[in-house]
Amino acid sequence: MTKPCPLKKVDDYRWKIEKTGSMNVEGLIFASEKMVPSICSDNAHQQVANVAALPGIIGKSFAMPDIHWGYGFPIGGVAAFDINKGVISPGGIGYDINCGVRLLRTNLLKKDIERNIKNLVAGLFNNIPSGVGATGKLNLLANEVKSVLEKGAKWAVEKGFGEKEDLKNIEENGTFKDADFSNVSERAIDRGKEQLGTLGAGNHFLEIQEITEIYDEDFAQKHGIFLGQITVMIHTGSRGLGYQVCDDYIKVMLNAARKYEINLTDKQLACAPVLSEEGKTYFSAMAAAANYAWANRQIITHWVRETFMHVLAKSPKDLGLELVYDVAHNIGKFEEHAGKQIFIHRKGATRSLPNIPVLIPGTMGTASYVMVGTEQALKETFGSTCHGAGRTMSRTQALKGIQGNELIKKLESEGITVQVKKMKTLAEEAPGAYKDVNLVVDVCHNAGISKKVAKMKPLGVIKG
Amino acid sequence: MLMKKRYKVISHTADVGIIAYGKTLSELFENAAYGMFSLITDIERVKEKGTIAISLQDNNLEELLIAFLNELQYYFSMKQLLFRKFEILSLTDTKLKASVTGEKISDHQVLHEIKAATYHNLKIKKIKNNYQVQIIFDV
Repeated sequence: MTKPCPLKKVDDYRWKIEKTGSMNVEGLIFASEKMVPSICSDNAHQQVANVAALPGIIGKSFAMPDIHWGYGFPIGGVAAFDINKGVISPGGIGYDINCGVRLLRTNLLKKDIERNIKNLVAGLFNNIPSGVGATGKLNLLANEVKSVLEKGAKWAVEKGFGEKEDLKNIEENGTFKDADFSNVSERAIDRGKEQLGTLGAGNHFLEIQEITEIYDEDFAQKHGIFLGQITVMIHTGSRGLGYQVCDDYIKVMLNAARKYEINLTDKQLACAPVLSEEGKTYFSAMAAAANYAWANRQIITHWVRETFMHVLAKSPKDLGLELVYDVAHNIGKFEEHAGKQIFIHRKGATRSLPNIPVLIPGTMGTASYVMVGTEQALKETFGSTCHGAGRTMSRTQALKGIQGNELIKKLESEGITVQVKKMKTLAEEAPGAYKDVNLVVDVCHNAGISKKVAKMKPLGVIKG
Repeated sequence: MLMKKRYKVISHTADVGIIAYGKTLSELFENAAYGMFSLITDIERVKEKGTIAISLQDNNLEELLIAFLNELQYYFSMKQLLFRKFEILSLTDTKLKASVTGEKISDHQVLHEIKAATYHNLKIKKIKNNYQVQIIFDV
């Protein structure tokens, strides 16, 4: 990779890739000067350029500061398409459909849980299944999975997992109305039977956090957030069902790309015209998988509440465990921008709309953030911003650097209680393997595509 | 003589990948599967307790390879099976028959949850008389 870096500075936080060759639009990467070398040494910028060459792309091929090398589309990528001339691509959304973040507020301060933090972490670890191929406490029939796919978080609430009020603070209110389970394969539904209400492995986590900084008092207050408050963050997605939907439809799209004569520089970019039969079918299946993820986070929320009630012996009212918000960061949507219908892919990117929270999970041992969407994002990025820290180190490199048990000791010395299914996950997901989330968030804040509201530090972490 | 390398792990920021090698296409497929399960677990500790027959078809060899790996991923994640022996019984450009042997995940440590084998920059290459292919996994 000795090729010169094609990133040209626009301003302190914007770098463009000029339109060359088969690119239909230019590429724009949000980054600080310090991040540029690592972006260039990765192949991620080439992926931004590949996406720019897809038919019907509008605006620019965007990448957020947490950009890193993915497969097909880069992670941290945002690509919007004209609905008549553009395409829809499962690889532009990812395998973990509606991987996302939910933040719960409480009426508690650190002093209220300090003595019980180990019990809380242990309780959550026991109550919420995690780890590779984890199966949950629910074992659904195929028909029930279909209901989940149709109704999303609403299904969970109807079954007694949480309150109707919860739905108000979820992107799409927790139900993607365009979902059609009849376009989800039997195998995907089969995979969905045992994994509802599970956290999974890898970078997914559940954290008990403390609000350590407030940047926007008004917005924080409006959402019941205050300094010193305890919050709970849930980061997970649609599990094996989502992976299966993605894999099933990449196959469909490889055929569709041949049929519609779309030239693919990378097979993982397989796509079809947005409004083609294949495009519409995939969209309805993807929406169904997104609903599964919202139901998943809703059920986990219920078990978080149960665990807190049990361990702290407090009533739901005293705990005040309510949703701040729930956002998706691997998703595709029809949206209206400047009076025009578009189809947007966000793969490792979050929706950013004025007055609506944006949630940015860090990695364990580092901070997470609440941000708020902006007009600037609407004008510039079709209402999109970053989703997290973004890796800088491969998993194999991360493993060479640090041992899981050393890391637990280090985190514990910083006052963070950790429970993890396997040490190797911990080492691979070590904070050092990621970009500094503070810098990623600062780039978005300074570029104006989302604004900082509050910062949280972890007190307890559960991982698969 | 040393046995020729079956696969090599490559560094990739977001995910993990391998380059698989083979003297024949069948061997390439077998070694790709072996490489994938080496990422998932300590493959040498997997015992040969049961065999599953696999029969697939797809558009071309490359897509058939990914279909094969994702079929095995399905058995791993849904049926909690680990494999160590992979035999391609017949292989054409569009059809594959294989038998795979292994056992249930019990006390094995699962090192990676592989979500899928991706089609990213997928290309089977013939270099001199050997085949090789790079596969990136979503983990």
